[in-house]
Amino acid sequence: MSSQTYSLDVGPTSPLNDREYVGLRELSGPILAVEGIHDVGYNELVEVTDGQGRVRLGMTLEVSRGAAVVQVFEGTAGLRLSDTRVRFRGEPLSVTTSLEILGRVFDGLGRPIDGGPEPVGEQRDVNGLPVNPTARDFPRKFIQTGISAIDGMNTLVRGQKLPIFSGSGLPHRLLVSQITRQAKIVGEDAPFAVVFAGMGIKHDEAMFYLRTFEESGAMQRVAAFLSLADAPSVERLITPRAALTVAEYLAFDAGMHVLVLLTDMTNYCEAVREISTQRQGIPSRKGYPGYLYSDLASIYERAGMLTGRPGSITQVPVVTMPNDDISHPVPDLSGYITEGQIVLERDLHQRGVYPPIAGLPSLSRLMKDGIGEGMTRADHAHLASQLFAGYAKVKEIRALASVIGEEELTPLDNRYLQFGEAFEREFLSQRIDEDRTIEQTLALGWKALSVLPREELHRITEEEYRTYHEQGA
Amino acid sequence: MRDRLIGHVRRVVGPVVEMDGVADAQMLELVYVGADRLVGEVVRLYGEEATIQVYEDTTGLRPGAAVYGSGEPLSVELGPGLVGGIYDGVQRPLDELRRLTGDFVTKGVDAPALDREKRWTFRPSLTAPCDVRGGAVLGVVQETAFLEHRILAPPGVSGRVTEIRPEGEYTVDDVVATVETASGRQEIRLHQKWPVRQGRPYAERLPQTMPLITGQRVLDTLFPVARGGAVVVPGGFGTGKTMVQQALAKWCDADIVVYIGCGERGNEMTGVLTDFPKLVDPRTGRSLMERTILIANTSNMPVAAREASIYTGITIAEYFRDMGYDVAVMADSTSRWAEALRELSGRMEEMPAEEGFPAYLATRLAEFYERAGMVRTLSGQEASITTIGAVSPPGGDFSEPVTQHTKRFIRTFWALDRQLANARHYPAVSWMESYSEYVDDVAGWWGEKTNGEWRELRTGIMSVMQREARLEQVVKLVGADVLPDSQRLVLEAAELFKNAFLQQNAYDAIDAYCGVEKQYLMLKIIVTYYTRGGEAIRRGATLASLRKMKVMRDVMQMKFECGNEDVARLESILTRLEKSIDELANVFARRRSDVTA
Ligand SMILES: Nc1ncnc2c1ncn2[C@@H]1O[C@H](COP(=O)(O)OP(=O)(O)O)[C@@H](O)[C@H]1O
Ligand SMILES: [Mg+2]
Repeated sequence: MSSQTYSLDVGPTSPLNDREYVGLRELSGPILAVEGIHDVGYNELVEVTDGQGRVRLGMTLEVSRGAAVVQVFEGTAGLRLSDTRVRFRGEPLSVTTSLEILGRVFDGLGRPIDGGPEPVGEQRDVNGLPVNPTARDFPRKFIQTGISAIDGMNTLVRGQKLPIFSGSGLPHRLLVSQITRQAKIVGEDAPFAVVFAGMGIKHDEAMFYLRTFEESGAMQRVAAFLSLADAPSVERLITPRAALTVAEYLAFDAGMHVLVLLTDMTNYCEAVREISTQRQGIPSRKGYPGYLYSDLASIYERAGMLTGRPGSITQVPVVTMPNDDISHPVPDLSGYITEGQIVLERDLHQRGVYPPIAGLPSLSRLMKDGIGEGMTRADHAHLASQLFAGYAKVKEIRALASVIGEEELTPLDNRYLQFGEAFEREFLSQRIDEDRTIEQTLALGWKALSVLPREELHRITEEEYRTYHEQGA
Repeated sequence: MRDRLIGHVRRVVGPVVEMDGVADAQMLELVYVGADRLVGEVVRLYGEEATIQVYEDTTGLRPGAAVYGSGEPLSVELGPGLVGGIYDGVQRPLDELRRLTGDFVTKGVDAPALDREKRWTFRPSLTAPCDVRGGAVLGVVQETAFLEHRILAPPGVSGRVTEIRPEGEYTVDDVVATVETASGRQEIRLHQKWPVRQGRPYAERLPQTMPLITGQRVLDTLFPVARGGAVVVPGGFGTGKTMVQQALAKWCDADIVVYIGCGERGNEMTGVLTDFPKLVDPRTGRSLMERTILIANTSNMPVAAREASIYTGITIAEYFRDMGYDVAVMADSTSRWAEALRELSGRMEEMPAEEGFPAYLATRLAEFYERAGMVRTLSGQEASITTIGAVSPPGGDFSEPVTQHTKRFIRTFWALDRQLANARHYPAVSWMESYSEYVDDVAGWWGEKTNGEWRELRTGIMSVMQREARLEQVVKLVGADVLPDSQRLVLEAAELFKNAFLQQNAYDAIDAYCGVEKQYLMLKIIVTYYTRGGEAIRRGATLASLRKMKVMRDVMQMKFECGNEDVARLESILTRLEKSIDELANVFARRRSDVTA
C-alpha cells in the first residue's frame, strides 16, 4: 500500500508500533475517536486498553484517512484521552466454534464466564455471511411443542424463525422454557442443541433459563451467551451474532438441529438506538435508526436450513412490546422479517389462561407446509382455519354483547360465546408441564367446535365432520 | 482490462465510500473498490472527491485502497438465458455464485449474468443487405418451448445491415449481425447491455384497455388493473402482500414475469424456486419457471444492491417488452428499497425530508412507476409492462411517506386490512379502502366476456357492500335482530359475497386460480341471490327460508367444487337458485293471499 501518499493528520494519537496507538481525540458515550492512525479497516476488531491495563473490545464504525471511530462494547467508563491505548487487530470480531462450547456459559462477547477453560476451535467472524437463497432448503418439518395453541393453530417448523411478542409481566419465560423442554420431532432422534442468547436480561432471569436447561437434563447440549442487564449495553450488539455464529457451526458443520433462543430483542434494539443516537444518525420512528430493519434481518435471517446439509437453525426470539403496542418499531420490524409471531395477550393472562396466546394476531407463516397428511393429520388445516374463523366471530359477539347486553343476543350468538369459553378453557389453556400430542391437540379442537351447529362450520368438509365430530362431541 | 485507476478510498462508512484524488471518474460509473474488487457505483462527484455506493460488504476495507473505473454505468446483460434465472440486485447469477463460493454469498466474487459457454440456435429474420432501425428484430432464439427470444437491434443503432449470420449455434458473445450506421460499423451480438437507471425507449404510449387477469376474484372483479398499469399493495406485516404478489406471479396472464424480492425473506425466494418449476402455466401447459425471472436481494444482503435491484428488474422487463411481450413486474417490497435509499442518503449526510427519507424519494418512485405502461415498441408492436409494488408501512399506517407518495403514481390501490387478515379472510383486500381507476378502461373488455353484464353486476355488489358497511354501524349498537328482513338480506348477501366470493384460498388446488368466466358466473349467482331474494322478501318470503334453500350449500362451495371449465355446473347452480327463490316467493305469496282472502 502506498502509505506515503497519506496526509497524516497530526492528532493527539501517537503510534506505539505498527498497529497500536496511544491517546484518543474524543470520547462520547460508548464511542471513541482516534487520529494519526493508518491502514485500519471498516468493521475491524479493536482492543482498547485503559491506564490500568484493563482490555476492552471494540469495533470500527467508520474509518478515514488517519482517523477511526470505534464503538467500545464494554463501555468507555474510566477511559482517559491521554493514556488509552488502541490496538487494531486487522480482522473482524470472531468467536470460537467447536463442539467444546456445548455445556458452557459465555459473556456477551463469547468469553467463558463459567470458570472453565477457553474452548479450542476455529475462530469465525460473528457477522456471518448471507445465505445464498438458492442454497436454502424450504422448512417443512413439524416440531411438536406439546402446546395446543402453537401446534394446533400456529405450527412451528424446523428452520423457522418464530418470535414471541410479549409484554412486561406476561409469562413468556414460562412459555420459552416449556417450548425448550418439550419441542421434538415425533419419531425422530436426531442430535440437537440449544443456543441461548440473553441480552439485557436480569441475573435471576438468566438463572431461571439455565435452571430450566439443567432440570431437563439438557445442559450439556446448551451454549449460553449472557449479556446481562448490568453489562454495558453495546455489548448486546454482538451477543446474538456470537450465538448465531456458534449455532451455524453446530447446525451446518456438525449437523445438529439447533434451537436458538434470543431474549430480549427489544433490549438489543435499544443498544442499536443508543449507538445511532450517539453518532447523530437520522432517526426514523421513535428514535430508532432507519437501518434497524436491515440490522434485525441480519440476525433473524440466520435461521433456516441448507440443502444437502443435515442440520437446521430454528429461532424463537422474545420481543417485548413496550406498552403492549404491537405497532412499536421493534415488534413491527420483527414481524416484517420473522415467519409469523406468537402474540401474548394481557386480557387472557388476567383471566388466568396459560399460555395466553392471542387467537387472532398470532400467525405461523410456515404452518401450511408442515401440517396435513403424513405430517400431522389431513384435517389439521381446515380445523385450524375453522377455529380461527369461529374465534374471530366470538370476538365480534363479545364486543356486541358489551354494547347491547348478553340478554339481547341471538341463540346462535350465545352458542358462539359458549364456543369461545370452551376454546379458551380447554384448548388454549394447559399446565406448564403438560405435553400434548398433536392428536390430543386436534381432538381438543374438535371438542371445542362441537358446541357450534354444523351449518356454521363452513371450512370443514362433510367427510371431516363425519370422521372427527363424533370424537370431539 | 479496460479498468483504470480513478482514485483512492478516503473514508468508509458502511456501504458508502468516499474517495479522493479523483481524476476522471464519471457520474454513475461502475467501479471496483480495493483488492477484493468490490462492485460499486459513483453517486456523487465534487472536485477531486467522489462518493461511491458499494454493493458488497465493506468489512475490512481500508482508506488508501485503490478504486478502478469500468468506464460504463451500472448495466444489465440482456440476451438468451435470462428466463428461469435468479439474480441478485446487480444481476449476479446466484446459482453460479453458489457453484463458485458455496452456500453463503461472499464478497468480491463476480460471474457474468449470462452463460458464456452455452450455445443457442439463432435464426435470422432478415436477409442482408437491408436497412434497420433500433428495436428491429434481427433474428430469433427459441429460448424455451414457448418463448421466442427476439434479438433486437439495440435502440439507437440504425443503418444498413451488411451482414447477418446464418442459422446456427451461437454463444451470447458471438456477433450475429453487422450494421453500418452513420457513426460507423456496429457489431451486434446475441446479447446487449443497457444501463439500469435509464428507461429503454419505445415509439409511443398507448391507451390501456385490456385488464391483466390475475385469477384473483377480488382483484379482477372489484379492483382490476389494466395491462400497462401500475398498482400498489400496501399492508402491515402478515396481511398478505407476498401472497398476493406470488399469486400474481403464478397466475396472471402476462408472457413474462419479473419477480423482485427486494429486502425480504430468503425463504420466500426459495419457496418460489421450489414451487414454480412444479407449477404448470395454465396457458402454455409448461412449467411456470419458463416465464419467470427472479431478482433476489434479500433483507440480509447488502443494502446498496437492494437499492439497485428494482432498476435491474424493470430494465429486464423493458427488454422483453421491446420484443413485443406483455410483462408483469412484482416488487416486494418497495418500502425496503426506499429504506435502502434512506440509509444511503443518511450515510452521505444528505438533508432528510419526511421520516428521514431523502427529498428525492417521490421523484425516484415516480421514475420507477413511469416505466410501466402500454406502448408501441420501436418495432411497431403493442406490448406492456404492468408494475405491482408492495409497500410495508411501519405499524401498518398508510399515512407514511412511501405509501402516500406511491399513491400519486399508481392507479390501482389494493389496501390490505389487518382486521381481515386476523380473521383469516384472505386475500385481505379491503373493499372499502381499495380502488381502481382502470374500471372504465377495462369495462369494454369485460362487457364482451359477460354479455354486457359486468359493469352492472359489479356496481350492484359494490352497493351491497356499501350498504352493509352502513348497516354494520347500526348492528354494532343494537344487534341485527331488530332489522327487518329486507335489510338483513343486505347483511346476508354481503356475508355470502365475502365467504363464497371474496375469500380465495391460495393453497386450494381449484380455488387458487379463478378464470374470467367462473368469476362472472359466481358474481351473477350472488347478485341474483340478493336481487331475486329481495323480490321474494317483498312478496312475503322470510330470510330464514331463503337461507335454508338446498341450493345454498352449492353456492357456498362453488369456488372449491366447480373447476374453471365447469361452466355448465355453475349455470345449473344459477338456474336452480332462480327456481328455488321463485318457488319460495310463490309459496309465500300464496300464503299471504290465503290469509288476506
Ligand atoms: N390468499 C391466501 N390464502 C391463504 N393464506 C393466505 C393468503 N394470503 C395470506 N395468507 C396467509 O397469511 C400469511 C402472511 O402472508 P404474507 O403474504 O406473507 O404477508 P406479508 O407479505 O404482507 O407480510 C401467509 O403465510 C398465509 O398463511
Ligand atoms: Mg411479505
